[in-house]
Amino acid sequence: MARSRLTESNAAGWGFALPAFALVATFIILPFFFAFAFSLTNQRLISPNPTEYVGFQNYRNLLGLGLLRIAPVRDDAGEIVRDANGAPKYPRVRTFTRNNPDYPQYQGMREWFGWRSGDDRVVVLARDVIFMKALVNTLIFVAVVAPVQGGLALVLALLINQKLRGINVFRTIYFMPVVVSIVVVSLLWRFIYDGNDGLLNNIIGALTFGLFEPRDWLGDPGTALGAIIAMSIWQAVGFHMVIWLSGLQTIPPTLYEVARIEGANAWQTFRYVTWPGLRNTAILVLIVITMQAFAIFAQIDVMTNGGPLDSTQTLVFQAVERGYGKQDISGGSVISVILFLIVLSISLLQRWLTRERH
Amino acid sequence: MAVIDPANHGLRLATRYAVLVLVAAIFVLPLLFMVMSSLKPTDQLLNDTSSLRAFLPVGDISLQNYYDAFARAPIGLFVFNSILVTVGTVSLSLLLCSLAAFSFTFLKWRGKGLLLSVTLATLIIPFETIAIPLLLLVSKLPWIGLEGFRIGWLNSYHVQIIPWIADALTIFLFVQYFKDLPEELVEAARVAGASWWQVYVRIIMPLSGPVIATGAILKSLKMYNEQYLWPLIVVQQESYRPIMVGLGYFFQLQVAWGEVMAYLSLITVPVLVFYLMLQRAFIASIASTGVKG
Repeated sequence: MARSRLTESNAAGWGFALPAFALVATFIILPFFFAFAFSLTNQRLISPNPTEYVGFQNYRNLLGLGLLRIAPVRDDAGEIVRDANGAPKYPRVRTFTRNNPDYPQYQGMREWFGWRSGDDRVVVLARDVIFMKALVNTLIFVAVVAPVQGGLALVLALLINQKLRGINVFRTIYFMPVVVSIVVVSLLWRFIYDGNDGLLNNIIGALTFGLFEPRDWLGDPGTALGAIIAMSIWQAVGFHMVIWLSGLQTIPPTLYEVARIEGANAWQTFRYVTWPGLRNTAILVLIVITMQAFAIFAQIDVMTNGGPLDSTQTLVFQAVERGYGKQDISGGSVISVILFLIVLSISLLQRWLTRERH
Repeated sequence: MAVIDPANHGLRLATRYAVLVLVAAIFVLPLLFMVMSSLKPTDQLLNDTSSLRAFLPVGDISLQNYYDAFARAPIGLFVFNSILVTVGTVSLSLLLCSLAAFSFTFLKWRGKGLLLSVTLATLIIPFETIAIPLLLLVSKLPWIGLEGFRIGWLNSYHVQIIPWIADALTIFLFVQYFKDLPEELVEAARVAGASWWQVYVRIIMPLSGPVIATGAILKSLKMYNEQYLWPLIVVQQESYRPIMVGLGYFFQLQVAWGEVMAYLSLITVPVLVFYLMLQRAFIASIASTGVKG
């Protein structure tokens, strides 16, 4: 009992913890709940009109999708009208989405993408095409970066974990880009990716003896996102290498000793000794990369502004574009809430998939 | 018994080093390219990208780009702003977060468990998801400063400092560290009549060098390197802008790559030098964020 009296102190306890907690509550927890609240209103940064509750209208405007099957235009004889190349002619999508009393549910939607199905054309409509592109790009970014960056970081960690003279020099070098700001890295790589005098084109050109056709990596919708992915991995992979490395160093050396005596080859040693010892590290690395990757913003803002042709739009970029650029706080908040829900569910999913099995 | 062939062994060793060097080149060359380019006139640096000269200090080497960059933008001001915001945030953060962690670890009080859980739960909230509502919040907060009372924190230093002081990661790092300190020290001091504040100042903090270093490194990198989105949306006036936002100056009309590289080198090389001097501490601090509680 005497011991507990020594540490029991309500006033001091609250007094010491309160400053930091009050700041966390004001600048993290409060805006977090604000995001949910604003997403149900028409809140703007500055507005003469009072803010109104609009229910889930913002979510419907963002997430609304429609599937439209369009039959080709037929002439009086019932034959399909074809253009010079023989492709069937279709009525324009906007005839369905603008003031068409037969299709009120498609009012105001725009074409996202479509394909041919028999003679018909199937079109996926979206209320907010740019948001949909941002969502898909962000998911692609995460789906590529999480496994590739995590895997490369592990390879680097295994390289660095060798017992060689001077290995610390290499560890220091591999980690170097981590202490360089992503904003600096993005600008530097804009130059490297440049279509005319870019370093990358010249290096590839030299390696292929001039066979390679130089390209504008960031100006081409087909390569822009990939270029940003490669650069992001280059910058951050050292961070996760260090986390893997600290995981590797918790594996007792005696296990490797046993594997060696048993005659295990390099792969078997990795598969049955190293990998099982890295379980917790793997979960952590995966969750950290996923959370960081979903937040991608600076690269986009510095390198492409979402272009070309919206091929590098991302969720955070759109949230900022609306919340700050258009001063539409509610519009930015809805995207923030959706982003948070995705991050949360993927973190939970990863935890569940990698859970301890007995 | 396998006989170790010395020639074979040497070859394998050479291969290993070759792989290590090749990978190192991928990380070093772009940064080397940045620094070397900053020393060359723009037309020369564009020509040099087609050869190995891109990575070498050859040709017409000078600091002209640096002079031009300073002439184009108030770089001194941006650097001052960034350092002020970084130093202010980091020192307040270390003080308040360690105090809270001290309380969470050593004191017993009503509501402690709940407050700690709530604090740690915020680890899963990425800043990017609260930036927009936070923008609205700070635009409505009152402030009393030297210039008197005003509503709204936009365009100021404090809007760049105060929201960043307390964070769950720093508190978590201190809690983890304090847990491993011998509790008897605290009890002995209390029995001897020391106040909680004295225990914190005289006993716990002097023992906390490593975790203070970790917290300071992580937070400094965050404030100096990664402050981009937040100042971009809350600071429109040039006089409060930090370095990363100041980059916008070099993208008006035509990109002068020589000047851009000079600015990038200027704000990056000091951090790299700092890192190379303290690389053990830097790497240890990142590794410690990976320690699961």
